[in-house]
Amino acid sequence: MLLVLVRRVGNMVPTLAAVIALIFVLFSVIPGSFMSGLGDDGRTMDPAVMERMRKEMGLDQPLLERFVKYAGATLVGDLGTSFRTREPVTKLIAGRLWPSLKLTMAAMLVAMAIGIPLGFVAALRPGSLVDTVSMVGAVSGLSLPKFWLGLLLMYFFALQLKWLPSFGYGDGGLTHLILPAIALGVSPLALLARTTRAAVLDVLNADFVRTARSKGMSERRVVTWHVMRNALVLVVTTVGLQFGSLMGQAVVVEKLFSWPGLGSLLVDSVFQRDIPAVQGCILVFVLFFLVINTLVDLAYVAIDPRIRYG
Amino acid sequence: MKKLMWLTAVAVAVVGFGAAEAQQTPQTQTPRKGGTVRMTAPYGGSLTSLDIHTSPRAQDDIAGKILHRTLYNWDSAKAQPALELAKEVAVSGDGMVYTYKLLDNAYFHNGRRMTADDIIWSYTRIMDPTKGFPGARYVRFIKGAVDVEKGAAKEISGLRKIDDFTVEMTLAERVNPGLLFFVGVTAILPKEEVEKGNFNSNPVGLGPFKFVEHVPGSRLVTERWEKFYKPGKPYADKVIVLIMGEAAARDVAFRNKEIDTSILGPVQYVAYMADPVLSKGILEVAEMFTRSMVMNQASIKPFQDKRVRQAINHAIDAELIVKRLAKDKAYRAASWLPSSSPAFDKAMKPYAFDPEKAKKLLAEAGYPNGFEFEWTTSPNESWGLPIVEAVLPMLNRVGIKAKPKLIETTVLTETAMKGTFEAYIGSNVTGPDSLATLKCFHSKTPRTACNYTAFNNAEFDKTLDAAGQAADPEKQLELIRTANAILYDEAPVWFFNYNKAVMAYQPWLHGLQANPTELAHQYPEELWVDERSPVK
Repeated sequence: MLLVLVRRVGNMVPTLAAVIALIFVLFSVIPGSFMSGLGDDGRTMDPAVMERMRKEMGLDQPLLERFVKYAGATLVGDLGTSFRTREPVTKLIAGRLWPSLKLTMAAMLVAMAIGIPLGFVAALRPGSLVDTVSMVGAVSGLSLPKFWLGLLLMYFFALQLKWLPSFGYGDGGLTHLILPAIALGVSPLALLARTTRAAVLDVLNADFVRTARSKGMSERRVVTWHVMRNALVLVVTTVGLQFGSLMGQAVVVEKLFSWPGLGSLLVDSVFQRDIPAVQGCILVFVLFFLVINTLVDLAYVAIDPRIRYG
Repeated sequence: MKKLMWLTAVAVAVVGFGAAEAQQTPQTQTPRKGGTVRMTAPYGGSLTSLDIHTSPRAQDDIAGKILHRTLYNWDSAKAQPALELAKEVAVSGDGMVYTYKLLDNAYFHNGRRMTADDIIWSYTRIMDPTKGFPGARYVRFIKGAVDVEKGAAKEISGLRKIDDFTVEMTLAERVNPGLLFFVGVTAILPKEEVEKGNFNSNPVGLGPFKFVEHVPGSRLVTERWEKFYKPGKPYADKVIVLIMGEAAARDVAFRNKEIDTSILGPVQYVAYMADPVLSKGILEVAEMFTRSMVMNQASIKPFQDKRVRQAINHAIDAELIVKRLAKDKAYRAASWLPSSSPAFDKAMKPYAFDPEKAKKLLAEAGYPNGFEFEWTTSPNESWGLPIVEAVLPMLNRVGIKAKPKLIETTVLTETAMKGTFEAYIGSNVTGPDSLATLKCFHSKTPRTACNYTAFNNAEFDKTLDAAGQAADPEKQLELIRTANAILYDEAPVWFFNYNKAVMAYQPWLHGLQANPTELAHQYPEELWVDERSPVK
């Protein structure tokens, strides 16, 4: 297990290095700058001030020099200073990380708590009403745009039923979390339901399940002991991939619900060309994805000891 | 069915602007003390900075007006700047020296009284040669400020402390300092708090409300500053700014009574005006923004001919576009200065839609078969691609073929400053300083400083120079009006519209001002909520 962890962490290094280089180059070559972005609401910017800002932000230095400085600083955990707030990017990210994690985890919880059992039940009763309804729901869930779904949730649960607030973070409690978590969680829920159903159906038709049944093992034991365990590998893979990418997908939901997470920080930073903040946010998203996938790899070993990594 | 229509409106709603009539909230009731005002910051998903010296964005000045104060305020009722941090000002005969008697009861939120030193320190900070503070463009009008900016001096020679509550300001050129020092980026800040290094997280100002909490990307919470210098004000106990960049989400929150104000886009404007209840809480103002297609005379030869530029203005049915696409949330532009400008000539009529005249002018200019140009545009719904797409067939009808080029809004300013465009459509601040606004068309103004059209007209230059020299305000206004009329005739841009900003407000909220410089900018000490407010 430790060896797997070391290898996986080792593999993360080149991925992160490539991402750092890619983000830097990309945002250095695309048109527009933080200074010009300040005038995008029609207010004419002063050229002398813009020039001073360029110098203050180090944008007058050659690209290579900037990259070497940036890469060196990133290695020691310094993500630079935000152009917009003139504060360390690490501080900005630290302030937004917990709300993002909270939303992502809540969404994943919604997805897992409903999606996996639903897929399981559907697989155990293929062709039944439960199966049909759940799979139609899953396809619908996958096709619904998050923005539209979020608006619908706001409309019904806030405006019509008055059960929940329509937006905001509040005091960080559950009432403000429910709607954005559902809006974000429906898509992975649908995918998990479909994946679980497919995985369980696959295992149910396997030889070892037939053997277990022929040996007189109770259906309950067959399902819990053989089917669940073997179907879990695919389900865990899906959970990992979805969980890893969910933080990045939260951008739309965060913007819609005025949720103070990394997604909304990223969007504003992109539009205002706050390059250090953009780089920092993307780095966190990538890191989160890699960490989750490493944990998934470890989970494989725990679930099925036959799995080996060469 | 009604619900379905509403949902459809919500789905397509996006942020937008328009132009026009000012309307004040009825002020017949006695203001009630207490309660919470919940304003919205609609221009993006976050506040850039609470150190208001660092950000010129309209979004940040919503918070700026709550926490901070400038030497002047904008008096929306009188449509002019008014002294704010000074009791009186004496102006020298030549209009170059202003002596301010400062308030002696203005206290920062840390309890320290403001003095002349704070004015001098704040303006000097803005000119720091190692920093790019956007307010430098305004402070630069004070004598000696440029020396500080260049690093040749440590102090602004044109600022002199006479005593703790008297400060003398000598100008480098004759301007109305009220038009410079009401802008949020010139706020007066306490040196000792700024120098602590965490001012952005713990802003301390002179405003009517003091900082309590900032949840980046979500809200700013402030509470009443008991030592605010205006007796009996502010009325509310708290002001909360809710950061809501999504128009559709604002719409739901407003209808759900979770927010007290919301800036409306064109789609919502139509829906709200059609609603018997919501339509009673609408505040409209002709904001000082002019939307236009800027023609680059340096890159496209036909644009150098006045008749071609006039032809374009005649070829486009701007009235129709304002009605259909902007949903009447804009006013047809006549010339560059907006209708809310004191120099606006009410007799001036916009170019008439007359394709035949346009063809005739093109033929006279030597382009009977028209010509082609590339039209740079952002995706903006009020002054971007949708407008360009509507105009293309109109231009095509007179033989002009425009090829749209889509770029990000962020890139638009840079494109304009670099001159890497043939024509672009955009929205420009056109007030309240009419003289400074028109200087963007002076031949000595470089492109980087806003002469994006490369406009060069001797008569215009002469008129504007004379306006700059005029000591008599009436004479100056007349000259500015004449210069604006020259622009009308010269048509360096396609005059599209003036923004009509629209704010929806809840029935329990009072004291809103129809601020033409930016409707979202309210002076919150004037706001109060009656007993119907759901937040106690």
